[in-house]
Amino acid sequence: MTEIYGNIHSIESCGTVDGPGIRFVVFTQGCPLRCQYCHNPDSWDFKENQKMSVEEIFEQYEGVKEFCAGGLTVTGGEPMAQIEFVTELFKLFKNSNIHTALDTSGIFFNRNNTEKVDELLKYTDLVLLDIKHINDEEHKKLTGHSNKNILDFAKYLSETNKPVWIRHVVVPGITFKEEYLKKLGEFLAELHNIKALDVLPYHDMAIPKYENLGITYPLKGVPPLTHDEAKKARNIIIEAIKEKRINK
Amino acid sequence: MSELTLERESSTTDFVGGKWQTEINVRDFIQKNYTPYDGDSSFLAGPTEATTKLWQECCELFKKERENGGVLDMDTKIVSTIVSHGAGYIDKDLEQIVGLQTDKPLKRSLQPFGGIRMAETSCKSYGYEVDPEVVEIFTKYRKTHNQGVFDVYTPEMRAARHAAILTGLPDAYGRGRIIGDYRRIALYGIDRLIEDKKEQHASVDGDMTPDKIQLKEELAEQIRALEEMKELGQIYGYDISKPAKNAKEAVQWLYFGYLSAVKEQNGAAMSLGRTSTFLDIFIERDLRNGTLTESEAQELIDHFIMKLRLVKFARTPEYNSLFSGDPTWVTESIGGVGIDGRHMVTKNSFRYLHTLENLGTAPEPNMTVLWSKRLPHNFKQYAAHISITTSSIQYENDDLMRVTHGDDYAIACCVSSMVVGKEMQFFGARANLAKCLLYAINGGVDERLKTQVGPKFRPITSEYLNYDEVIERYEDMMEWLAGLYVNTLNCIHYMHDKYCYERSQMALHDRDVKRYFATGIAGLSVVADSLSAIKYAKVKAIRDEDGIVVDYEIEGDYPKYGNNDDRVDEIAVHVVKKFMSMIRKHFTYRNSIPTMSILTITSNVVYGKKTGNTPDGRKQGVPLAPGANPMHGRDSHGAVASLASVAKLPFNDAQDGISNTFSIIPNALGKDDVFMGDLDIQLDCGCCEGTCQ
Repeated sequence: MTEIYGNIHSIESCGTVDGPGIRFVVFTQGCPLRCQYCHNPDSWDFKENQKMSVEEIFEQYEGVKEFCAGGLTVTGGEPMAQIEFVTELFKLFKNSNIHTALDTSGIFFNRNNTEKVDELLKYTDLVLLDIKHINDEEHKKLTGHSNKNILDFAKYLSETNKPVWIRHVVVPGITFKEEYLKKLGEFLAELHNIKALDVLPYHDMAIPKYENLGITYPLKGVPPLTHDEAKKARNIIIEAIKEKRINK
Repeated sequence: MSELTLERESSTTDFVGGKWQTEINVRDFIQKNYTPYDGDSSFLAGPTEATTKLWQECCELFKKERENGGVLDMDTKIVSTIVSHGAGYIDKDLEQIVGLQTDKPLKRSLQPFGGIRMAETSCKSYGYEVDPEVVEIFTKYRKTHNQGVFDVYTPEMRAARHAAILTGLPDAYGRGRIIGDYRRIALYGIDRLIEDKKEQHASVDGDMTPDKIQLKEELAEQIRALEEMKELGQIYGYDISKPAKNAKEAVQWLYFGYLSAVKEQNGAAMSLGRTSTFLDIFIERDLRNGTLTESEAQELIDHFIMKLRLVKFARTPEYNSLFSGDPTWVTESIGGVGIDGRHMVTKNSFRYLHTLENLGTAPEPNMTVLWSKRLPHNFKQYAAHISITTSSIQYENDDLMRVTHGDDYAIACCVSSMVVGKEMQFFGARANLAKCLLYAINGGVDERLKTQVGPKFRPITSEYLNYDEVIERYEDMMEWLAGLYVNTLNCIHYMHDKYCYERSQMALHDRDVKRYFATGIAGLSVVADSLSAIKYAKVKAIRDEDGIVVDYEIEGDYPKYGNNDDRVDEIAVHVVKKFMSMIRKHFTYRNSIPTMSILTITSNVVYGKKTGNTPDGRKQGVPLAPGANPMHGRDSHGAVASLASVAKLPFNDAQDGISNTFSIIPNALGKDDVFMGDLDIQLDCGCCEGTCQ
C-alpha cells in the first residue's frame, strides 16, 4: 500500500469549538471558497505546506489523547479537497474507536458521484456543515461559488441519516437579515439529522492575518456581531424551523 | 462569673471529639467535624446593606490611594509590632470583623527589621521621610537582616547578585512564604497555645548546642508574640484567650492571628492557609442552632475577605517592578480531597468564592482551588462559573500534592505547598539558568557587564557551537552556580532568623517544623530551546572585539519546547534533574530539605532585561518565559501539546512547584449560550434561553 499524505495547515491540540468536547483538530491546507469573513485566509492556497502521513498525525494525537477526549475534527481549508487522505485518517481513528468530525462546506458534493463521499461518511460520526448563505446570489457574492452543492449535501446527509451540526456565520449586513435567517430556518426544518445549531457571530480578529498576507480585507468597516445579536439571529432561525414544522 | 466560665468551656464540647482535644491538632478537628457539601450554589446570599456600604467606602479609599500616586498614607515613626497601634476602623458600626495593620485603613506600616534602607527608600519614593530617630536606632543600635547578610556575603556572592545570575534574593526584604496556622487561635484560644509553647520551651534542655539555644530562644519569642496577640484582641475589645464560641468569633480570632503576622512581617508572600472548611464547622453549628442565618454567614466571610483585600505593605518601586505590582499573596487554599477519600468542599468553600461576586473581582486574596478529579460536580461548575465571570481563581493539582503533603497543606505564594503549622520554607528566589548557559559559553564572563563573574573556565572558541562541548561546559558552570546559590541562601536565612524572625507565624507552628530550602530557576525554556538549536540546527557564535560571544545566528530549524516533542522536552527534563541533583549536594541551613521551583510569574520580565542574547534566537532584554512556560509564540501545536511539554517536568525534582501561565480568550474555551445543542429536544418546547427542562 502506498502511503497517503495530507497537505496540512496546522494542528491544534486543544480545540474546544469544533465539535463536542475538547478535540484534536487538524486543519488541512487549501480551499476553493473565498468567504469574505474567512478567519483562516492562510489556509486558502493549495500549494504544499506541511506534508503529513495519517500515521504521523495519529502519533501526535496519541501524545495528547488523555486531554483530547472529545475526538478528532478535520477542518480547513476544505478537508474534502483531500478526501482520500481524510478517509484514511478517519479509518485509522475509527479503528481505535475515536469520535470523528468533519467540518466542511460541502462544496465538492455531487449527487451523481457519491462513491468517495459514502466511503468517507462510513467513518464519520459527525458532520459540521457550514452553510454560508441561504440565498444563492448572495452566496456567490460572499464566497465566489453557488450554494447548490452545499444545500444538496445537507439534504443528502439528512437522507442518509448522518448526524450534523449546522454552522452559520452571521455577518451584519450580509447574513444578519431576518429574511435570510427565516429562509435558512425553513430549509433546515426539512432536515431530520440536525443535532445542533451553531450560530457563529462574525468577528474581525483575522484582519492582521490578511495584512500579513497582503490581501485586502473584504469586510473592512463591518462591525463584529454582538452577543445579543447572535442570540437574536439564532432565535429567528429556531422559530422559523418550528413554524415550518408545525404548519407542515 | 461561673456562668461565663461554663459557657466558655462548653464552646467546643458539641463538636465531635478526638485527638484534637488532647493535642494541638487542627487537622483532626476538621476531619472529625466537617460536612462535605455536594449541592449547588443556590443557597448563597448576596451582599448585605452593610457589606455594600462598607465595600463602597473601601473602594473610595482605593481610588484616593491611586490618585495619591499609589500610597494613601505611610507611618514614618511608629515601628510596627503586633501591638504598636491603637484600634483602627474603616467604619466601626458596619464592620463585623475588625482590625487593621495600623490605626487607619491603607496606612502603610513601618517595618525596618528587614532593612532600614529599604524602609527609607520605600517612604522616600512616595514623598515620605522616616523619622530620624528611627533611622538612628536601626543604624546605630539595632542591626537589621539586610546588614547581617552583607556582613557575610563573599565578593563572589555580591558579583553574582550584581550581574543578576542570582536574582530576587530576599536579602533586603522579608522572605515571607510562611503560613501560620491561624486556625489554632479560634479552636484553642491563646492561653492553651501559650501553655503548649511553654511545655515546648521546657522540653529543650540537656547539652545546649547552638541549635538548641536558637530553638529555645525562638520559643521564648513565640510565647511573647502570643501574649501580644491577646493584647491585640483587647485593643479591639475581644478576649481571645479562650476558644471561639461561635462563627463570628472564629473568623475574628483567626483574623487576629493573620493580622499579627502582617503587622510584623512585610514578607514577599503572606499567605493565609486553608481556612474555609475549618470555619465552615463553626458556621454549620451556628446555622444548626439557629443563631446565624445564611446572609449573616456570608456577611462574616465578605467582611473578612474585605480585610484581606486591605492588606498593604510599604515597598519600593524596584520591588514593585520585580513583582509587576504590589502583590501580597494572601493565598487561601480551597477544596481538595481528604486522604480518606471524602472531598473537602463545604458550603464555606462556595462562600469564599462568592465574595468575588458580592464584592467584585480582585487579585487578593489569591483564591486557590485545590483541584481534584474527585471534587463534587456542582463545585467544579461554580468555580468554573466564577472563573469565567471574574478571572480571579487559581487552580492547583491536589491529586499531585496530596501524595506528598496529605490533606491539610496549603499554598504559600503561588505554588509552594506546605502542611499548615508543620512545615515552612526558606524562600530562595531564583538562579538564572539562561545566563548560566551564556557563562558556560563565555568562560564565566558576564555577557552584559563584560566582567568575570563566574569561575574562569575555558570559554568555547569554535565558530559553530558543538552540542557535546556546550553541554559539558554548561554542567560545570551549573555545578558552580548551584554551590554559590545554596551558600548565598544559607547566609540569607541565617540572618533572617537572627534579625527578622517570624515569631508570630512560628508561634502557630509545631515545635519541630519541617523546613524546605526552596531554590528556584528561571529561564528553563530558553535553555531548552538554546540547547535544542545547538543540537538540531547550526548555531554560529558572533563575538565582540574581546572574543566574548554576544550574539548567535541560527541556520535551520530546531524542535522547540512546548510542542510535546521529546527531542527538546527531554533536554528541559535533563536540566531540571541535573540542577536539582547539584543543589542537593550542599549543606542547607537548619537541615532544611532542598526543593526547587520553576515558577516565575512576573519577575521573568526583569530577568530578561538582564540576560543577553541567547542561542535560541532570543534577543537581549526580551523577557524570559514565565515559570516553565514555552517561549512566547514558539508553541505552535495548541494548548494541550504546550501543557504536555510542561507536564513532563519531574515534580520530584521541582517540588516547590512548576507554573505555567496560560492566557486564552473566553470564546476559545468553548461554546457560549448562543450555541444550541440537543436541537431535537429544544425544538419541541419553549424557546430559547435554556429554560427547557
